[in-house]
Order: sequence, then structure tokens, then C-alpha cells
Amino acid sequence: MPSNKSVSDAAITQFINCRILRDHRLHRDDLWVREGKVLDPEKLFFDEKGYADKRVDCEGSIIAPGFIDVQINGGYGIDFSQASDDVSSGVSFVAKKILQHGVTSFCPTLVTSPPAVYHKVLPQIKVSDGGEHGAGVLGFHLEGPFISVEKKGAHPEQFLRTFQSGGIKDLMEAYGGLDNIAMVTLAPELGGSQSVVKELCQRGITVSLGHSVANLSQAEEAVHHGASFITHLFNAMLPFHHRDPGIVGLLTSDQIPAGRTVYYGMIADGIHTNPAALRIAHRAHPSGLVLVTDAITAMGLPPGRHTLGQQVIEIQGLHAYVAGTKTLCGSIATMDMCVRHFKHASGCSVEEALEAASLHPAKLLGVSHRKGTLDYGSDADLVLLDDALNVEATFISGQEVWRKGP
Amino acid sequence: MRLVILDDYDLASEWAAKYIRNRIIQFKPSADRYFTLGLPTGSTPYGCYQKLIEFYRSGDISFKYVKTFNMDEYVGLPRAHPESYHSYMWNNFFKHIDIDPANAHILDGNAEDLETECQAYEQKIAEAGGIELFVGGIGPDGHIAFNEPGSSLVSRTRVKTLAKDTIVANARFFGNDLNKVPTMALTVGVGTVMDAKEVMILITGAHKAFALYKAIEEGVNHMWTVSAFQQHPRTIFVCDEDATLELRVKTVKYFKGPSSTDDAE
Repeated sequence: MPSNKSVSDAAITQFINCRILRDHRLHRDDLWVREGKVLDPEKLFFDEKGYADKRVDCEGSIIAPGFIDVQINGGYGIDFSQASDDVSSGVSFVAKKILQHGVTSFCPTLVTSPPAVYHKVLPQIKVSDGGEHGAGVLGFHLEGPFISVEKKGAHPEQFLRTFQSGGIKDLMEAYGGLDNIAMVTLAPELGGSQSVVKELCQRGITVSLGHSVANLSQAEEAVHHGASFITHLFNAMLPFHHRDPGIVGLLTSDQIPAGRTVYYGMIADGIHTNPAALRIAHRAHPSGLVLVTDAITAMGLPPGRHTLGQQVIEIQGLHAYVAGTKTLCGSIATMDMCVRHFKHASGCSVEEALEAASLHPAKLLGVSHRKGTLDYGSDADLVLLDDALNVEATFISGQEVWRKGP
Repeated sequence: MRLVILDDYDLASEWAAKYIRNRIIQFKPSADRYFTLGLPTGSTPYGCYQKLIEFYRSGDISFKYVKTFNMDEYVGLPRAHPESYHSYMWNNFFKHIDIDPANAHILDGNAEDLETECQAYEQKIAEAGGIELFVGGIGPDGHIAFNEPGSSLVSRTRVKTLAKDTIVANARFFGNDLNKVPTMALTVGVGTVMDAKEVMILITGAHKAFALYKAIEEGVNHMWTVSAFQQHPRTIFVCDEDATLELRVKTVKYFKGPSSTDDAE
């Protein structure tokens, strides 16, 4: 039937035979898309007397909002922290590859680096929409260099920094600028950090606590000043102690300002966090859990040995070791693997598993009015999944950008 | 009249849906000749709509050449409110079938000028060639659409204030808060429905039994507006056993008897 629309001449697509994630539940309902956004079909029917131009038969699949990865260091041989003259082709390469994992938006993450690297890399990547070319960039996640020496993990010690001049000046010196930054991870016990937290939040940049030996009070103070995320919970922070829970205590803290939520990143690959610990965190604070891959350069590469920069890495299954050792050197699980593993390990519902990878990161970054949901007016970034939560197809702004081969 | 009595709600819904389906198929609607259908809302016709959707899905019927006119809509309730009759019709019927949105007519309870809206609705019905089959329900107070007790039996589409009985009956859809129920509605008149070529009234449940008794075993009375259809040449009352509980045994036996189901009237 030809369209008869008074509001727009753009084509309307109707996804049929699907279950859509809406209002925290899977509903047997159709999803309508026009001009890259989710459309209200009832308004279309009564106001515009319009109907679909094209129907996509989903054959019973689940449609969830596209996944959002707020911590990913690279993949497929690309390392975002590597200073090169053509950072954008590396970011684009990864952006295209992660579509098959259901990821439609991400934050390219840089580990602690010298100022020269930040000054070279940051200006080359802008916040941008996704599409056939790949997932959208929501901005950088800068993990460091204002972190704790004791909890540096794999970050290079010589490039760690403290706050000298106080305030944003140190950040500007280190990073060169604050444009296109979505999130900064820092250690709130560092002197002068609290005012930095405040200033970053005022600029709309999400502040995350991580790689830190902060106690609970220091963490709570940072939250009071606007910090809203915990970088890979449990890793690179003091372990939970029943008389000083440390950063982990934020999950059940009663000092969180009203109306605010503290989110926490979880690498649910079954390796970086023991499933029992994952369950403790999830049960303590289910609505704050954000799945992240924290994927490294080796993610997506086939099993075996690979030389990446100065390192030789050996991939065995989901483990990436420094070659010849049993030392883990980062995560290589993909986002869809994390969703499946999280569901399996926590026993949560399908809806909760999907929201941990979509709604929660969107709310964390303050973009949930257009990402992370299938609400009317949201960007139509979708992932089609089977009942086992394997990705069948990925859509950005209503256009199919990846489909599983036969 | 015909009084068709089925054992339970599901069978009554199925009978009614099949009747509508058969009438549409026999009519052979086309782009030059649409089948016009009057439609109700509420819990009674829900099962009938479900069955019609099934018939559409299995390919038995298409609504491509069907024009629909709903009976009523609340005044002042936002169209997107989950309890508006627009929402009811979208969620329970229109979104599941292939009707052209331009052919689905419902009164606009938020129109600038309600009287003009009502007159325009009557005009649209006339332009569509009148209603072939008007499907309706009955309120516990015997009303058809929102033609509350005391409504003129020759009334046309207009604004009506809802009776206390109706507001109480509808409170369950508004969290049992009487203050949240709309107090006015736009409704087709008794006369508007009487103009249809054929009328089918669905009545199920023991709570409607007394109204059915008043409508068909007592006289034509503006206090029980459904009784007006005693004077319509082609009316069918479709009900379940429970709805017949206040009728005379003689009435029920007559209409359940073999020959009466073949009578045209």
C-alpha cells in the first residue's frame, strides 16, 4: 500500500514476528522505524493515516537496543592507545568489526599514555554516528593517567600523573583538550582530585573511579561531586573488606545523592571476575551493572600466537596470555559473549542481561533519551538475537549493517 | 429479532466473529463498494476481535475494503491515554489487521468544537453509504453506546454526560478512582444505530442479564435504550447462557429451538 503521510515522506519499516524489549520486558509486538528513529505506530495510524512501506520478518527473533561498550581498548590487531598518524582508520576498522557482536555505539578507550600520545590521538577522532561503516563513537574513555601507582595494573608506571596545578589545568596539559571525551577514569584519593571530578561533571564528562586505593569515604566524596561509574569493579582497587568496603562499598552506600545511580563496569568473561563475585555485585545492585568488554588488541584474532607491538600474545579460547606464560594480558571476550555469560552466571532474566549492555550504559553516559532503548523517538540502533542471545543481525538508524551468514 | 444463545463467552465471541466474517465475505467488498461496519469497545467484544484477528491471520478475511465507525469516545481524555477508545481499538484490533487507516473512524473527544465533530461524523457515515452492520454491546443500565437512560430513542451523534452507573462500571479501568473517570463522551445516537441495515448486540455475563431482560422482554423504553431495537427490522442479540438468567424459560426455549435459528427475523 502506498504511504499517505502528512508529516514525512520517508519510508516506514515495520519489523514483524519479533519480541521487542520495552519497559523492561520482552513484548510480542511490532517495531516501527522511520528516518532512523523508532516510530509510534498508533500516532502514525490516527494522526497521519499512514502505514508501513516495508516489512522485515524477524522470524521470532528478539529485538534489543544495540549494545553500547564503554570500555574497549582496541581489537583485531588495532590498539587505540598507539600514536599513529591515522588513528581514525584503526578506530573505523574496529567499529565495523564490532557490529557483528551487536555493538552499535562505543567509547574508544586509551590506557595511561604520555601527553604526546594523547595530543596526537585525541584530535583525530570525533563523536560520530554509526552506520554501514561501523558502530557510532560516543567519545573517548580516558583511563588514566591520574590513577594510583599501587593499582596501575598493566598501565605503564612512568606515565602516571598527579594533580599539580589543581583543577582542569592538569587535564588540559595531559590530554591537550577535553573535546570528544565521554568519560575519564581517575583515582579519587589523589590530592586535588575532588575539584577535578566536579569540573569534569560540570562539562558533561562522566567521571569513573578506578585503578585506585581509595576508601569508601573518598569514593563517596567523589560521587557527591558527580562521579557516577566504577571502572571494572573488583579489578585494580582495594578488595572488599567488611570494615572498609572501599570503592566496592559504593554498590550499597547510603551516601549516594537522591535520584542518582552509581554504575559499575563488569568484565563478564568468566575470567577477570569469579562468577560468585559477579553474583554478589549483581544481587547487591542489579540496576547499576554495566557490561564492558575492556577488550584489548588481541580481541577478535584467531587462536594461536600474535605479535602486537612489542608483545607476543598467545590466545587460547577466551584467555589471552603473555606468550609462554600463564599471565593474563587483557580480555578478548566480545560483548555478545559477555551478555550470554552474564546471564548464565547470574541467572538473571533475558531482559536484565540485555539492559546491562544497552540501557544501563546509555543512562550512565546520559544518552538514554536516544540510545539504549526502543522508546518512541530513540535512534533505531537494534540488535536481533535468537533465544540463546546469539547475534543474528545488527541495525543502525534502522538500516541493516550486519547479518549473520548462513 | 434473533436471539442466539451460546454456552459461554468464547463460543459467543466466535459466533459473532464468524457472522461478521461471513457478512463481509458475502458482500464481496471492493474499491467501489466498501463494507461499512459499526464497532463497539469494552470487555464484551474483546473475544470477538481476537477471533476476527485470527481469521485475518489465517487468510479467511481482509479488511482492505472495510470502513469502520466506532460508537463512542471519551471527551477530554488524551488520545494516547491507555484507556481511550482510540488506544483500545489500536491495540486490540487495528494494529493486527490490514485496514486502511483512512477508513477507520473514531469520534475525536478532543476536538475544538464537539458539536461540529458530531455532525461531521454523521456526515461521514452518510457519505460512506450508511452502516451495513452495526455491532454493539449493552451497559448494565441497558444503554447502547453512551445513550444513557433517558436518551431520546431517535437521537443522533452528540455529547452526553455519563450516568453514575456507567462511571462506576468504568472505574476499574482507571485504578478504581472515580475521580479519574471521564464524565462526558461523544456517542452515536440511538437513531444513528437504528439507521444501520443490520444490528448485532453482544451480551455476555450474569451482570448483564437484567439489562437483557429489560431490553427484549419489556417494552420499548428510553430508560433501557437497547429496547429501541425491538423496532429494527434486522437485529441479532448474541449472548451466553449467563446473560439469559433473567429471561423467561419460555423465551430461551423458543430461541434455542431448532426452527428459530433459521428464521430471518
